[in-house]
Amino acid sequence: MSGPMRKVYGKVKPKNIGRTLRRIFSYMAEDRIQLISVFIFLLFSTLSAIFGTALLKILIDNYITPMIGNPDPLLKERFGKVLSYMAALYLFGAFSTWASNRLMIAVSVNTLYRIRIALFAKMESLPVSYFSSHTHGELMSRYTNDTDALREMFSRSITNFFSSFITVTGVFIMMVIYSWQLTILVLIMLVFIMNAVSFIGKKSSTHFSQQQQKLGIVNGYLEEMFEGLKTVKVFSYEEIAKERFRKINEELRFSADRASTFSNILMPVMGNLSHIHYAATAFVGGIFAIKGILSLGTVVAFLQFTRSFSHPITQASQEFSAVMSALAGAERIFGIMDEPIEKERGTIQIISTNNNSNEKDSQSNGKDKFWVRQHPEKSNAEPTLTPAKGKIVFENVHFSYDKKNLVLNNISFQAKPGETIAFVGSTGAGKTTITNLMNRFYDLSKGAIYYDDINIKEIRKKDLRRSLAMVLQDTHLFTGTVMENIRYGRLSATDEEVMEAARLSNADSFIQHLSHRYHTVLTGAGANLSQGQRQLLAIARAGVANPAIIILDEATSSIDTRTEKLVEEGLQRLMRGRTVLIIAHRLSTVRNANRILVIEDGEIVEQGDHSSLIAQQGRYYRLYTGAVELV
Amino acid sequence: MIKKFLAFVGEYRRYAFAPPLLMVGEVTLEIFIPFLMARIIDHGILGNGGIQYTAKIGTIMVLMACVSLSLGALAGRFAAKAGTGFAANLRKGLFNKVQEFSFSNADKFSTASLITRHTTDVTNIQNAFMMLLRVGFRAPLMLIGATIMAVRINGQLAIIFFAAIPILATALYFIGTTAHPRFRAMFKKYDAMNATVQENLIGIRVVKAFVRESYEEKKFQENAFMLKNAQLFAEKVVILNMPLLQITMYLSILSILWFGGNLVGKEIMGVGQLAGFISYVSQILMSLMMISMIFIVLLISRASAVRIIEILDEVPDIQDTHTDSNRFPPNGSIEFQHVSFKYSLDAENFVLNDISFSIRSGERVGIIGGTGSAKSTLVQLIPRLYEATKGKILVGGKNIEHYSINKLRSAIAVVLQNSLLFSGTIRENLLWGNPNASEKEVIKVSKIAQAHAFIDSFPYKYDTMLGQGGVNLSGGQKQRLAIARALLKKPKILILDDATSAIDTVTDSKFRAGLKEFSSDTTILMIAQRISSVQDADTIIVLEEGKINGIGSHKELLATNRIYREVCESQEERIQCHVGPHA
Repeated sequence: MSGPMRKVYGKVKPKNIGRTLRRIFSYMAEDRIQLISVFIFLLFSTLSAIFGTALLKILIDNYITPMIGNPDPLLKERFGKVLSYMAALYLFGAFSTWASNRLMIAVSVNTLYRIRIALFAKMESLPVSYFSSHTHGELMSRYTNDTDALREMFSRSITNFFSSFITVTGVFIMMVIYSWQLTILVLIMLVFIMNAVSFIGKKSSTHFSQQQQKLGIVNGYLEEMFEGLKTVKVFSYEEIAKERFRKINEELRFSADRASTFSNILMPVMGNLSHIHYAATAFVGGIFAIKGILSLGTVVAFLQFTRSFSHPITQASQEFSAVMSALAGAERIFGIMDEPIEKERGTIQIISTNNNSNEKDSQSNGKDKFWVRQHPEKSNAEPTLTPAKGKIVFENVHFSYDKKNLVLNNISFQAKPGETIAFVGSTGAGKTTITNLMNRFYDLSKGAIYYDDINIKEIRKKDLRRSLAMVLQDTHLFTGTVMENIRYGRLSATDEEVMEAARLSNADSFIQHLSHRYHTVLTGAGANLSQGQRQLLAIARAGVANPAIIILDEATSSIDTRTEKLVEEGLQRLMRGRTVLIIAHRLSTVRNANRILVIEDGEIVEQGDHSSLIAQQGRYYRLYTGAVELV
Repeated sequence: MIKKFLAFVGEYRRYAFAPPLLMVGEVTLEIFIPFLMARIIDHGILGNGGIQYTAKIGTIMVLMACVSLSLGALAGRFAAKAGTGFAANLRKGLFNKVQEFSFSNADKFSTASLITRHTTDVTNIQNAFMMLLRVGFRAPLMLIGATIMAVRINGQLAIIFFAAIPILATALYFIGTTAHPRFRAMFKKYDAMNATVQENLIGIRVVKAFVRESYEEKKFQENAFMLKNAQLFAEKVVILNMPLLQITMYLSILSILWFGGNLVGKEIMGVGQLAGFISYVSQILMSLMMISMIFIVLLISRASAVRIIEILDEVPDIQDTHTDSNRFPPNGSIEFQHVSFKYSLDAENFVLNDISFSIRSGERVGIIGGTGSAKSTLVQLIPRLYEATKGKILVGGKNIEHYSINKLRSAIAVVLQNSLLFSGTIRENLLWGNPNASEKEVIKVSKIAQAHAFIDSFPYKYDTMLGQGGVNLSGGQKQRLAIARALLKKPKILILDDATSAIDTVTDSKFRAGLKEFSSDTTILMIAQRISSVQDADTIIVLEEGKINGIGSHKELLATNRIYREVCESQEERIQCHVGPHA
């Protein structure tokens, strides 16, 4: 099952805790004040609890014990007063607890929000090559598993950690004040506790990281099996799938078992160590009280303190592993954010006047809506503005995806504005790659591509892409209405323009038959439409973009030839005056092209229009007639 | 609902029983500690037991704590085993259930949602279960035990917190019922956000090509914003829990001090007893806190539980109600008798309407039709990937419902429009068709599918690794592998659903030639766009808007069917599209 691309879903041990923590806090910075308030309130609530316990000694020694057999009303009155002070203190403590938690949630949801949108924004600007080399599952895991862990950390771990820390410190100080003798016992117990925590903690984290790894494997397998559920059914692969899953599930169970055992043991061990300590304190404290070294109240209060001492330590150690895995997750998230984005070194802009009623575009016949704006060498000169014509030149283009195998070898051709160039050839010959390069999804190994005689390297990528429109083999529609999906081509298009584009591509007729017509919501990847219908929408989407250059990548191959005729008409209208690159296998599509380029093994083997190529009786001729001669 | 989950504990049952039992021991020991401490104070310190008494009781306390430790640790160990075992069984049960889904069942759930149900949701349930086993028994036991001990010391004082408990319980109930729907809403928003991410990952080229990055970012921000608010709304309620508990606890302690102090003053109660009482009250309230925490965890995991139940309760709508489980379809004859189909019972229109035709075993059949004429659906009815709404389908002379599903499907091979390949070697992928095929057979089908040539050109040939989805192959190469995989099955019926759309015409005709030699008694159904692909078929079916518009051979249809003629004429000029005197 493991393939070379199968990556483990991250390690658990964070590499650089300090740096990661600082980065996380930088996302909290905006809520700085709230965060500080959280800690202030936490301080109050923990301190009030500590003082409450401290007052016990006073109550017992100064009020209750003297009251034995001595009904002094004045004493009672003062006793009552102290109790009411304590009540006020406790109430304030409870309020502070609420306040700190309330503020903390707000901070945590805000921080998660900021991290998520930063991650997404970063993801959108990564180069296409990143997405081809990482599985979807892995990237999605950042938004789910890893941010989940962060959420845990924010909503519980941070406050628990902090309040535990304050409690332990405060209590310890009180204990020293009350009785340094008994505190020695505390220190002895601390040694035991530290050893226990470190032993259990180490074991726990080793097994825990194994568990995460197995979880990653399970995640990956599930993803494949569910994406391909239909193929599984078609090949009756169910039993084999079940058996393979049983195996990896069992491995996960084993690691999880080990990991949980150790984390489960922690609490009873800690709890009972503190009981032992409590018992020892009662023992020793009792003897001291008998000998008169300590007052009874001190012993009682001290006993109560021991309770308050070990509890937070246990809590803190439980939170520890949650914090560690949250930090590891955060590191993975930041790892993506640190990836280099698509580089932009182009300075030339292509702007669109599709929306302005500019006098410039009243000259055009509706096609030259894109203009090339160049800043000349001298910085204080006005930028020149020339209409984009859509001339394409490929000059000695060489390209390979993996730097080893050349996919395109010395491709050179010219497309004059308004011409239709068709690429034909066997599959895998490199035709789709040409469109990738035109869009600058990848950069060339050797050679150059020119747009209106400007090297596309010098044109801003976003502008270049905006002035192209593509209809790809996989249409990729998004969740949203039909109207929104077509408008994706140009967000500023009006409803009328969208419908006009749909009419041109002949999508309008089937849209009218949908339950809510243009406002029908399409579910993920347009699953409630047929392949052909999706293609028609994709063509409409390209049409509404009103581009200078259109690239069609096997667009018409999933539409039956009857509908295709109607689409061809629409496309002819769309293509008029624009430069078009068509990549297809269907020879009927390319028949009317100005020039046909036959590509084999990444090289152009023949060039010319349909009739001249037929006359040549070469590769094209064989491709063309091959369809017919075999009966 | 709980019963359904408990069934998955299965073989880990004895591990599940152990923790509660061990808890009884642990809790009992823990409860005695304050009692013993009270004795030390009242008899040892204030009384005349002295050091000897104190030492004796002290030692007993220490021993009890040690025993309690081992019991607690054991309980933790068993709880882990039971909990993780339970989770593993649950995951397995879910996965197996999903494998039984038909196409219609699968259409209801997105892939992302299925995955999270198997991972995040199961983990939530696992944690809830383990928590129940340990704290879930410990806390109530502690509560009862400490209460008993407290009452033994002084029943009157105990009344104080008996008053407090119902108030607390009511408050917790209100918190719980308010929080649950808010959490459900939050999880929905969570799903929506993830769906947006997945869409962007799949369609990143389109996003970039149309320069829609900022548009998508804004969309995502909206989703994330709604999630943020939903989360805040839900968690706001849950945090009321702790402060409430604290107030109750402290006020109880204070009232006990007041009343108890008086009792001590009147010498009705000893100071030690009072101290012990307070200790017990702390234990009681600690237990209440644990119980409320369990409550919250159960609340949150209830949402996960519902999501898991949704899958477990999903009835696969294609059941094996076979009458003869040993039969394989004897041949590849197919008959449709007045078959109609719609995707769901409450859909308005039938996608296929009153389809009837009959195909002999070994025939080559072509299926042609416009976009949305439901050609794919029609062929998917044959191996029961979808179930016909009306009418009967016969294969090998028998109603397909009379064969067991597995045997029926073993005789039918389908190459879907989007055939997925999986991570593994090329050979492993091909063997999906027949795990026991020999190397010779594998190469033979690869040659027919026109795949052998390019496989041979790879450095590792059939051992070449494919990444997820077979990403390092071109569209046409993937299709050819999918065809080879299907051929390996040696099916009685081979269905090609536009399976050659990404393959150029030369390769396609070589393929069809090879196919002819492959098997003369395999019925072949080919959905295609090109007349050239189907013109040499024995029978061609023309579908239009879910109905059969015409059936016949190429020549017959040219003469009698307008649609067929139009399609033919719109394609390559070389095919003769006119027959006889008709112009």
